[in-house]
Amino acid sequence: MSTKTKAAWNVGLIAALLGLLFILEQVMPSGSMLFTVLKKGAIYALVAVSMNLLNGFTGLFSLGQAGFMLLGAYTYAILTIPTESRASVYQYFDGGIVQFALPVPVALIAGGIVAAIFAYLIGLPVLRLKSDYLAIATLGFAEIIRAVFQWDKLGPITNGSNLLRNFPSFKSVLYPFIVSGICIALIVMLINSTYGRAFKAIRDDEIAAEAMGINLAHHKRLAFVISSFFAGVSGGLLAMYQTTIQASMFKSAMTYEILLIVVIGGIGSVTGSCISSFLFIACSEWWLRFLDNENLYIGGFHVPFLRPGFRKVVFAVVIMAMVLFYRQGIMGTKEFSIEAFSGFFKKKFGKKKVEEGGGSHE
Amino acid sequence: MSKENVLKVENITMQFGGVVAVDNVSLEVDKGEIMSLIGPNGAGKTTAFNVITGVYAPSNGAVYFKGEKIIQNHPQGKMKKLYQGENPVMYEGQQVLAPTPDKITKLGIARTFQNIRLFKSQTVFENILIAKHMRRTSNIFTATFRLNAKEEAQMRAESEELLKIMDLEDVRNELATSLPYGKQRHLEIARALATKPELLLLDEPAAGMNPQETLELTQFIGRIRDEFGLTIFMIEHHMDLVMEISDRIHVLDFGKTIAEGVPEEIRNNQRVIEAYLGGVQDE
Repeated sequence: MSTKTKAAWNVGLIAALLGLLFILEQVMPSGSMLFTVLKKGAIYALVAVSMNLLNGFTGLFSLGQAGFMLLGAYTYAILTIPTESRASVYQYFDGGIVQFALPVPVALIAGGIVAAIFAYLIGLPVLRLKSDYLAIATLGFAEIIRAVFQWDKLGPITNGSNLLRNFPSFKSVLYPFIVSGICIALIVMLINSTYGRAFKAIRDDEIAAEAMGINLAHHKRLAFVISSFFAGVSGGLLAMYQTTIQASMFKSAMTYEILLIVVIGGIGSVTGSCISSFLFIACSEWWLRFLDNENLYIGGFHVPFLRPGFRKVVFAVVIMAMVLFYRQGIMGTKEFSIEAFSGFFKKKFGKKKVEEGGGSHE
Repeated sequence: MSKENVLKVENITMQFGGVVAVDNVSLEVDKGEIMSLIGPNGAGKTTAFNVITGVYAPSNGAVYFKGEKIIQNHPQGKMKKLYQGENPVMYEGQQVLAPTPDKITKLGIARTFQNIRLFKSQTVFENILIAKHMRRTSNIFTATFRLNAKEEAQMRAESEELLKIMDLEDVRNELATSLPYGKQRHLEIARALATKPELLLLDEPAAGMNPQETLELTQFIGRIRDEFGLTIFMIEHHMDLVMEISDRIHVLDFGKTIAEGVPEEIRNNQRVIEAYLGGVQDE
């Protein structure tokens, strides 16, 4: 398949997907769980891909994603609450000190930029660390940020530990899909560029990468800042989805959820992260909800053990099983592509052999 | 002193804690020559390489590349008290130069490693392409939005060219680690050449090779020296290879220079023989 037909296929697929979503939205009741999953899944796909850029492609094991999402979400919310409702939102802080509202896209990007600036500053000392130490330092950062944002001295800006609300949100499921889609496309383009190759070189062998003239400090910082930027944007989207936000939402458990998505999808696979993000959200919000139901009867049989929170136990078991038996995740480091997909089916159904061979890489 | 020297190492001492790994070593590598650095295990050969390539900042001494000072240090801080090497005050008060390895590579010094360090998850072609990243003119935005298409195409074309020259074309899409050992060595050298160096440092290129492969490597090193107009400085244990292709040999033992000269001189040098055969060292 030439690059042109491949591009045509991809554009066609994306158009078909958006069309399908649009039709679904017209047909199905808007309260359907499907839309919850699709909206939240799209947002988590973005943050999972941004984490994958760092953990999977650059080899920096960072656990600060929730912190950067918090920064993005707060920046978005603070900048977009309409001036007329500020008095009621910031009721304990005399309406707060920010007295203007920016358009939504600008605020989303601003959220990304604020996260990126923090990432740059944090990165200066923290990126000297390796593996586990880096993970601990970034996790610590995320926790500190969360605590700082709840501090009531910062109330005029952050509203302390109270909810931020009344900022614009989205109704259509297309919105998070389009924004996440654009951001993920940018990340993919970055990964396939010469900088992406340098990131992968650093992941594979730092010493060799440096000997090949790749400035480690510079490239690690780049990856960290870019990853945080997109985490910030997804934080803004999450704020839009949830319609209210509070710093206490962005616990480290959130980072672990994202990490779980990345691991299930395959560390080093963008499409893997996307697929597993929807799967994970579908399971945790919808399909496995029945596990939290204490009074579940199957034909008169009372299913034991079930109680609120039981699905978390199932997740824990799933992740253990993944790590033990299926370490590469759904996609490994491969990417989903039409070519590989059609090749798979041609092989499976014994039609003529694919001449191009499995060129799913890149 | 030849004015044509590409690399000049001046009074380099590298001390780790109380251990002096390289002790006041000075040497020069002239343009276009193949210089070998030999010595028994633990003589400080790889440490010397690591100092030249910026992995370690030396405790004392200076390194010049094409007449320009690129590395310089003197004992300072804690090392000032601990320092056991020679000329402790020779470089004092002078500017400290401690560039990172990537800066050294940019200047035109490329290296390979004793234990092969290829980019494991990448193909042969990608391994070489990565080395081209260094000479980019694009920034992260122009690269992401493919505004550097021309440069990218050139990078790829140059890498293809190099694959052809290095006889790696038939395996271009294989994973680097799936190659046989000898080919991996070739690829590592090819990758180093992709940075367009003037000086190539080879750290035991023939390690783990059988006599046949070693012979091929000998010819190969001679060939790339001529084809790319390189100066080669290498560490090697295979004496056949060293004696055959070296223009000059520098011998280290316990961090100190014990001999330097053309292969014939080294072969008959009493101190070198003693060092290798473990002769009793008096004094």
